[in-house]
Amino acid sequence: MTALAPEQPLARAPRISSAERWRDLRIVSRGDAIYRVALLALALLLPLLLVAIVGGLVVGAWPAIKQFQFGFLTHSVWDPVAGKFGALPLIFGTIYSSLVAMIIAVPLALGAAIFLTEFAPRWMRTPVGTLIELLAGVPSVIYGLWGLFVLIPLLRDVIWPVIKPAVHWLPFFSGPFYGPSVLAGGTILAIMVLPYVAAVSREVLRAVPPSQREAALALGATRWEAVWTVVLPYGRAGIFGAVVLGLGRALGETMAVTMLIGNRHEISLSLVQPGYTIAAAVANEFAEAVSSMHLSALVYCGLVLFVITVLVNAAARWLIWRVARGSAAGSAAV
Amino acid sequence: MAFSPRTRRVVGAAMTGATYSAAALAIIPLVAILLMLVMKGAGSLDWNFFTKSAVPVGEPGGGFAHAIVGTLLIVGVAAAIGIPIGVGAGIYLAEFGGGIVGWLVRFVADTLNGIPSILIGVFAWTLVVRPTGRFTALAGSVALACILVPIVARTTEEMVRLVPNSLREAALALGYPRWRTSLTVVARTARAGIITGCLVAVSRVSGETAPLLFTALGNQFFSTNLLQPIAALPLQVYYYALGPYEEWHRQAWAGALVLILMVLLLGILARLATRSRHERA
Repeated sequence: MTALAPEQPLARAPRISSAERWRDLRIVSRGDAIYRVALLALALLLPLLLVAIVGGLVVGAWPAIKQFQFGFLTHSVWDPVAGKFGALPLIFGTIYSSLVAMIIAVPLALGAAIFLTEFAPRWMRTPVGTLIELLAGVPSVIYGLWGLFVLIPLLRDVIWPVIKPAVHWLPFFSGPFYGPSVLAGGTILAIMVLPYVAAVSREVLRAVPPSQREAALALGATRWEAVWTVVLPYGRAGIFGAVVLGLGRALGETMAVTMLIGNRHEISLSLVQPGYTIAAAVANEFAEAVSSMHLSALVYCGLVLFVITVLVNAAARWLIWRVARGSAAGSAAV
Repeated sequence: MAFSPRTRRVVGAAMTGATYSAAALAIIPLVAILLMLVMKGAGSLDWNFFTKSAVPVGEPGGGFAHAIVGTLLIVGVAAAIGIPIGVGAGIYLAEFGGGIVGWLVRFVADTLNGIPSILIGVFAWTLVVRPTGRFTALAGSVALACILVPIVARTTEEMVRLVPNSLREAALALGYPRWRTSLTVVARTARAGIITGCLVAVSRVSGETAPLLFTALGNQFFSTNLLQPIAALPLQVYYYALGPYEEWHRQAWAGALVLILMVLLLGILARLATRSRHERA
């Protein structure tokens, strides 16, 4: 008994965080120092890459920034031959087509996520979840191909003739419908972001503790009421984050939109008219720019898109991080 | 609640049904796309398709060999550049990433992940194409590598974190220096997971079109030269889909089918790798 004085603890606190994992072991060897520095150098390549990307965009856009300044963002004439560039139609088209996509995709994605975590029979959850995740891996150009040869004819020849008499008077559906349009681009975007939003919301809903549901059910709620009054409010911030993350995706999506949106520099509320997005403009015009100012204006557009998507993504991450601190949801969101 | 039990039951049933149909609607496009790809593409997958390059319009018997080889080459070089950096950065994050540097790198990796791939293309163009004055396969690889690195870094970190601390302690207790512990014990234990992460990243990158538009550019001829423009499967599908010829459309569908098989195969391989790991654990 006397051998163990009370001021000599038997074992030091065993809880070691990842930061302290190595710090406690004070043996220093040259190999370790080299190893650590080498890994650090690789890790620091990432910030370097980000700085280089921002730098590259700013340098490329500089001639256009100097000439057009912020008026670039509010003018709507885009005439490469005359050297006149205004990005408003592109910015409008980018946001408008993404909003159309989110309006279609969000209810469906949430429904699918709720189905997968709350209602689906157990044997169905993994396969259906995997299918939805696979859908998120389909290359964008394949959505474009499918949209071009299946979705557009379907919208134009089957759906439009049926709904036209009912909706033609609305500003959203005015004008003739030839096929490539904001509606087609928005629909394909919806199909593309849907699995993404569904997968992230599913992670968020999974992170809701079962005790919450059980409490609601024990109070006499139906299963739907448990979902609506307890599970969804609990995961609210995370679901919102999933939606914003999907929005970030939609804003920067390029190939499928380029193939379907019609590529016309004009602002129109009508969904059946062609539109344009920043990403599509860069994809279409970059390799065939007529002048260095044209090129610079395109990079300026790219810089605008960069700022928008980085802000949107940061907001989404912050929202998800708030609900899913430390759980798998935060990392699966990437 | 002020509603009668009957109303509540009916609402519950209706909404449950609504989520069922939402899930169904979410899956319909995947099924529709796969069906169309098989229906329209499978018929054109013959020997010529895999062994011949593009031929002028009107001549029969052209194929996608140049594009398939081009994609394999671009993605292979991109993986060779991007995976070592990503894995190294990921191990750093998991083993030493507790401080401010780790936080910064993590934050930057997530930011990089959210950047639209077309902008990565613009960056690779600025970095490689503009100084050298021509479109090259290498520029395409650089663009894809930039997309690979942050994904691989984050998944590697997740996987290395899963390795129990007791393994580290055991190795250190045996007198291993830390670097050897990290490489031969920790990274090795996490190997299956790291490979999965790399496969997922490569599968995502191999379908990318936008970053190749003005880096690798595309090529109608067979080429394996990294310093020349090169064809790629997604690029070829894009050009042929927008082209005016029926024959091109037919080949675009076939190319898309090959592309999606490639991407899905990598994705499924990745899933299998982690599953067997969990079963052993």
